[in-house]
Amino acid sequence: MSPKATQLPSDQASTASPATQKPATQGSVARASVTSAAVTSAAVTGASAGGTPTRSASAKGTSTAGASAPEADAGQSGAEVLLRALNDQGVEVIFGYPGGAVLPIYDALFKQNAIRHVLVRQEGGAVHAAEGYARSTGKVGVVLVTSGPGATNAVTGLVDALMDSIPVVCLTGQVPTHLIGNDAFQEADTTGITRPATKHNYLVKHADDLARVVHEAFYVARTGRPGPVVIDLPKDIVIGKAPYVEAATTHRSYRPQTEPDPAQIAKAIALLKAAKRPMIYAGGGVINAGPEAAALLTRFVHTTGFPITNTLMGLGAVPASDPRFLGMLGMHGTYEANLAMHGCDVLLAIGARFDDRVTGRLNAFSQGSRKIHVDIDPSSINKNVPVEVPIIADAGRGLAALLTAWHADPTPVDSQALTTWWRQIDVWRAKESLKFTQDMQPGSIIKPQYAIQRLYEMTHGINQGAHMPGVGKRDIFITTEVGQHQMWAAQHFKFEQPNHWMTSGGLGTMGYGLPAAMGVQIAHPDALVIDIAGEASVLMNIQEMGTLSQYKLPVKVFILNNQYMGMVRQWQELLHGGRYSESYSAALPDFVKLADAFHAKGLRAQTVDQLDDVIREMLACDTAVIADIAVDPKENCFPMIPSGAAHNEMILGPEHEDEAVGLTDEGLVLV
Amino acid sequence: MDGFNPGHDQQVSSPVYPILSTQDAPLRSATISVLVENEAGVLARVIGLFSGRGYNIDSLTVAPIDADGARSRINVVTSGTEMVIEQIMAQLDRLVPVHRVADLTREGPHVAREMALVKVIGKGEARVEALRIAETFRARVVDTTIESFVFELTGATDKLNAFIELMRPLGLAEVSRTGVAALARGTRTIQGTSD
Repeated sequence: MSPKATQLPSDQASTASPATQKPATQGSVARASVTSAAVTSAAVTGASAGGTPTRSASAKGTSTAGASAPEADAGQSGAEVLLRALNDQGVEVIFGYPGGAVLPIYDALFKQNAIRHVLVRQEGGAVHAAEGYARSTGKVGVVLVTSGPGATNAVTGLVDALMDSIPVVCLTGQVPTHLIGNDAFQEADTTGITRPATKHNYLVKHADDLARVVHEAFYVARTGRPGPVVIDLPKDIVIGKAPYVEAATTHRSYRPQTEPDPAQIAKAIALLKAAKRPMIYAGGGVINAGPEAAALLTRFVHTTGFPITNTLMGLGAVPASDPRFLGMLGMHGTYEANLAMHGCDVLLAIGARFDDRVTGRLNAFSQGSRKIHVDIDPSSINKNVPVEVPIIADAGRGLAALLTAWHADPTPVDSQALTTWWRQIDVWRAKESLKFTQDMQPGSIIKPQYAIQRLYEMTHGINQGAHMPGVGKRDIFITTEVGQHQMWAAQHFKFEQPNHWMTSGGLGTMGYGLPAAMGVQIAHPDALVIDIAGEASVLMNIQEMGTLSQYKLPVKVFILNNQYMGMVRQWQELLHGGRYSESYSAALPDFVKLADAFHAKGLRAQTVDQLDDVIREMLACDTAVIADIAVDPKENCFPMIPSGAAHNEMILGPEHEDEAVGLTDEGLVLV
Repeated sequence: MDGFNPGHDQQVSSPVYPILSTQDAPLRSATISVLVENEAGVLARVIGLFSGRGYNIDSLTVAPIDADGARSRINVVTSGTEMVIEQIMAQLDRLVPVHRVADLTREGPHVAREMALVKVIGKGEARVEALRIAETFRARVVDTTIESFVFELTGATDKLNAFIELMRPLGLAEVSRTGVAALARGTRTIQGTSD
């Protein structure tokens, strides 16, 4: 049986009050006769034909809105009910863009002060901003866009949030219900288009369902493995009157398992205690489980003394300065992290999903290890890599249980083996796989790694020379676009806390960083928010500079400008014979003038001697800044596990040229 | 599912990774029952999951099962390696409107039946032979003209296949099949004992 089936259904409890249930008979005749109710929206049609609000009652059976019957609040429009529900869900800010189908909602927004609206410049930016907001606060990010193109522009952000498990609720306008299916102006089949792009989606066809659906959407978005949820709102629903209902605490069919099975925890502890070469591999699930989960992970690492690596999405889950932390793993991970994964005998994976960027060639991935996998999503377990001990649980709850069981079990660890293992890891570490050489002669070209290293050092008050007021005391958040600069940021910027690193991991969305930084800055007005960008990526959502200007958001856009889509260029160099097909960033704008045009400050560093001054000026500026850092266009991101290669087949950088590993043709077919 | 065969390509010295680990394992058929909330779009979610993730659908049936039509049961016959079928189960279970998922094939003995309407057009000896075979299969004649029959036949998929094959030389003209409906044998239900 599936995990959901083994759980005690929580709706049993609510059957205790059958008196609150509505009779389910009225709507049932129409429905039961229509088999296609399950296929199309016929269930809805059936109910509306009857003109009675029985649909929600009968569909719900025993729980959700059963908490309270819709109050006959005749005064409120659908739009007002929507805002009230958002308010009850604790929503403080909405990222959006108006249009015909959502005008009634914008009208209601105009008449209230509880919820702030941030006007983006393109709907895609709104979703990324909501992602940045969500990732940096742990709250649900909220988006409001119009029908048709508003909704379709949001799709990339929705898939991005789906891949990276970011809680987002996206409200989309829709043409009035009687026009749906008629190819009306700005009509799109939003629920159809976003079905595989979301964790769940809703089309509200009855005013009676509106409040319940909003509450449910937030519940679905933030619980279990978080993700994006779309609510499609036809214009007549938000204009017409709607009843309000309070949020219910359970869902009729969706009940994620968060508590680990003690028997599985016991098996895991037995494996971990006996480990000679243990390794912990933690991902974004730990971040999603909240700062407490990250604290528990750090405590678990200290308690056990085991080495740990983080995925791209998991950076910050343990402090980067911790000696047990081996750096990021995977395609551009450190030598020590990847070889420890390859050589370990017990692997504990927490909130990570064995993504292909992490595993490399699957049939060579950590073959000698017995694997424990803690994840809230049962479909992530055994998806790519078979594991011996699956533990379905919230990462925090899983870690708490592991810690308790670890202390309760008197079995000592094999400290001699652990010492040997650490000695081996230190040998790998001594390789300094992230090493690069920066020519410090004035006039020298800037290495991109050096630019990030200086950005890190100067934002943390390390070795900064001149005094920089305020820096080091402010909370620092980093977002990135996608490409080489993203990997260099992941390698060279050190994250000490969770929720301070926002990047597009699963989908790899160029153009993510600038709007995400915007969302972070909205949530943390006093923080220092830096988008580490590439010159190609940043142009994909450059229009959001207008938003930064309008809301006086002092986001710093730190562009590593190598005049190439660097990662594409790198692959073309390594895998396609140096044929740089369409990867040159021709006709680039003058980023300094561009900043100026958007009422922001533009800065430029051409040579290594100018870098510190530019960073210093950028950090001191109280407005938005674009810092255009000209970096070495030929620099490649190393180490690298080429596609189709295993963890022990890394390519190291030019610093280690004697040990280069050849690339294979099989790797070419992989992305 | 079966598109990769390393033996076909002499260039490939070692198998390429994404295909290997799951695809070398043996395939099996699975009859999966899914209890879902009977809401708009739920079947599209299930079908979209199969097409989006590249799973097979050999047969699919769906209909409401509660007196008030609140829930539907979807029966899917699929095939894949053990790992793929486990994934299908987990992915189905992850859908918000899904109440229960059961792999009837793995969870014990079950009954699986489907119905077919089979039109045979012919005269003379072939027509008589078709009727004779239909009797052997306990197929019912639900429509007849001087030169045609429509047979109704219920049973396991194999039985329906066999009957249709036998009708082919006898003037098989058209077939309409329902797909598989399935239940566990004995007292077990998809809802277990607690719901």
